[in-house]
Amino acid sequence: MRIGIDVGGTNTDAVVMDGKTVVATTKTPTTENITDGIVTALSAVVTESGLDVENLDGVMIGTTHFTNAMVERRRLEQTACIRLGLPATVCLPPLVDWPDDIADALGRHTYLGHGGHEFDGREISAFDRNEIRDIVDSIQSKGINAIAISSVFSPVNAEFEEQTAETVLEVMPEANITLSSTIGRIGLLERENAAVMNACLRSLAVSTVSGFKKALTEMNITAPFFISQNDGTLMNADFAADYPVLTFASGPTNSMRGAAFLSDLKDAIVVDVGGTTTDVGVLQQGFPRVAATAVSIGGVRTNFRMPDTLSIGLGGGSIVGQDPMTIGPQSVGFQLTEKAQVFGGDVLTATDIAVAGGRVVVGDKTLVSDLEANLVENVNQKIQEMVSVAVDRMKTSAALVPAVIVGGGSILVQDHIEGTSNILKPENYSVANAIGAAIAQVGGETDRVFSLAEMSRDEALAQAKNEATERAVSAGANADTIEIVDVEEVPLAYLPGNATRIMVKAVGDLAGGI
Amino acid sequence: MRILEESNIEDIALGAAVLGTGGGGDPYIGMLMARRAIRDYGPVELYSLDEFHDDDLIVPTAMMGAPTVMVEKMPNGDDIINAFRSIGKYIGKPIKATMSIEAGGLNSVVPIYVAARERLPMVDCDGMGRAFPELQMVTHTIYGISSTPFAMSDERGNTVLMETISNKWTETFARSVTVNMGAMSMIALYAATVSELKEASIQGTMTKAETIGRTIRAARQQDEDPVNTVRESVGGYLVFKGKISDVERRTEAGFAKGDAYIEGIDTYIGSQLQLSFQNEHLAARIDGEFRVTVPDLIVLLDVDTGEPVTTEAMRYGYRVAVIAIPCDQKWRGEKGLELVGPRFFGYDVDYVPVEQRFSNP
Repeated sequence: MRIGIDVGGTNTDAVVMDGKTVVATTKTPTTENITDGIVTALSAVVTESGLDVENLDGVMIGTTHFTNAMVERRRLEQTACIRLGLPATVCLPPLVDWPDDIADALGRHTYLGHGGHEFDGREISAFDRNEIRDIVDSIQSKGINAIAISSVFSPVNAEFEEQTAETVLEVMPEANITLSSTIGRIGLLERENAAVMNACLRSLAVSTVSGFKKALTEMNITAPFFISQNDGTLMNADFAADYPVLTFASGPTNSMRGAAFLSDLKDAIVVDVGGTTTDVGVLQQGFPRVAATAVSIGGVRTNFRMPDTLSIGLGGGSIVGQDPMTIGPQSVGFQLTEKAQVFGGDVLTATDIAVAGGRVVVGDKTLVSDLEANLVENVNQKIQEMVSVAVDRMKTSAALVPAVIVGGGSILVQDHIEGTSNILKPENYSVANAIGAAIAQVGGETDRVFSLAEMSRDEALAQAKNEATERAVSAGANADTIEIVDVEEVPLAYLPGNATRIMVKAVGDLAGGI
Repeated sequence: MRILEESNIEDIALGAAVLGTGGGGDPYIGMLMARRAIRDYGPVELYSLDEFHDDDLIVPTAMMGAPTVMVEKMPNGDDIINAFRSIGKYIGKPIKATMSIEAGGLNSVVPIYVAARERLPMVDCDGMGRAFPELQMVTHTIYGISSTPFAMSDERGNTVLMETISNKWTETFARSVTVNMGAMSMIALYAATVSELKEASIQGTMTKAETIGRTIRAARQQDEDPVNTVRESVGGYLVFKGKISDVERRTEAGFAKGDAYIEGIDTYIGSQLQLSFQNEHLAARIDGEFRVTVPDLIVLLDVDTGEPVTTEAMRYGYRVAVIAIPCDQKWRGEKGLELVGPRFFGYDVDYVPVEQRFSNP
């Protein structure tokens, strides 16, 4: 048995799962101190399922807490950033593209040192331990404990980042250090930005994870617990306290993974219809397809592997205009049950159209009986068109694929979408997030440049797959269950030796028989 | 003369991405460099060629190398200044201004960094009016202006100066030195007088890039059809609207080559456009027939946002409008077409100016 929890900005959802069966679900408001909301949700599902917590194999938690802290600039710690690459990179120092308010919040403590590598592995300059010691003295004298370390081409060779960390720890054994090579890929500014965000969230992460632990202790739960990452895999609690940025965008990922589970499909389009927006994503081999372009979190550019979702302004609360006919992007949002006409309000919403069209029974249908049939039909058609255009944009090939509809606004979508083979609206769609967390696996990935002049393409691929597999195992995956779920090759222009960037991702079930 | 402030740079970079015709390198790094230099050293004065004396010396500056390396090993900043100054030292004359050699992509904004740091003006002109993959592919070559003395510098302080017998040889040597410098170098080249540039350069291209960028931004804010507004602002033609149905990629001689296939939507239903690229978009065939080729500009825009789509970002499902922009007249003569016409890139077809094939509603 396992419990999945989704701690969102508005609601905390929890589910109890026995193997592949959903035993109990609940939805409760998220609380200011996260612990209380989790305890409430846990109590509800434990009571409903009659579960003996002794029999729990694990608790999986998905949370938007760290993303929100970044976006709202709350509880961020003063952070230093050491970048190795001198004499390169001077004209664009760390934090150069951050919004002022957030760079100020972190204190702008940036340092450049010698080191770094070329694309082909040569050193840009030699590592200088004395230089790093001087930097560490300066950081220590400012009383800063959070430190991000980046080095040019560290995804190819991380030795200088590691040597810098050793030097820091000699002087400041308690320092909280984040190496850019452990969280990002090629693209120095974006990777370094992610490392700095991680460093400034570390103390919040430690207290949040201990809040989670406290909630579980209050419920007498002793089973191990895990936090879900943005790629749909799990990390254990200690790892999560070290790498809070890896939770960014885990919400959409969990909802898509939940959709995959509920529908029993590995390749499908997922349409998550909420109150204000509809997010469309693509499941490939059971995992969300990741975005190829830079993603910004609270105005800070990163190159995380985020799920590639298309968000359109259509949801159950979308406001419908009649002359000319418009649907969204304005929405009555969480006030749907006060403002929509079927609930006695005076705003015409997409939900009212669905009720008038007879596709769903909520509120009082007689309150929308005087809507012109023509209008209802036209709006309805427009809604289907919006969904099918979004689905079409996200498809990876011209072939027909199934679509899974989840989320509270699912009623808006008819039983056919152009370009899809069939439509599934699974049970328990409204807690797909928590289910996605409950079923998550463990993964590992590699992303670096290989020179195909020195080895064959097959050898390079095999080496990349081995690296990804090793990382998955060291993250806690059972080696026998590991599958390679994603391989991407990008030939690089203007580089000699047939340089090719290869990205591989491996996942497996959590070791320990869950 | 007008002043370029930090606020102008983003528009220039966005417009430069359009003129980059799918390539030219991501202007993001160059934009950050230019914005920061203006913040630290003050705004840059942008002049037209007419505002200089005919014998004033102008030296363009640029970055050369692999886009993937540029986003990882960013420049020192002194490197491009070293390259720029060594040309002045070699020629023995003061340099009066810098300019862009390539208005499309990254190199539109890099010279703004140099101008700000050297407190020199920038000239509102370039040598392509777009982006091309090799350094001899500039209008300067048509008019016999040498790319040398050519200076290239790295962040360590190395500078390589060269004299060559042709601009193509400069490309060949510079490409291999760039690899030794870590697949990226900062270069200064095509030193020329103002009177030479009046004949050989394409004028007004910085302003053109900025206007395009501003138009896209305004169209987005005002909810207008960004594709149509961009098309109007560049004097371009709508060639096709469709959805990318397949992209084939391969690497040949260090270049990212391939073809994208676009299935028609709206009034183009039933037709297919084949778009061939080599770093930049080079040729568009509709139902098998060549309709637009280099040196005219082929630009892919996202139909919803007007955002230019690069060759690397193209993938199944993107809904795009294909816009063709007439290239500068200088490219259309015999010498220009020898340098960058369809046959140079391996398409056995005569160049036909885009305005002879399309008209606007």
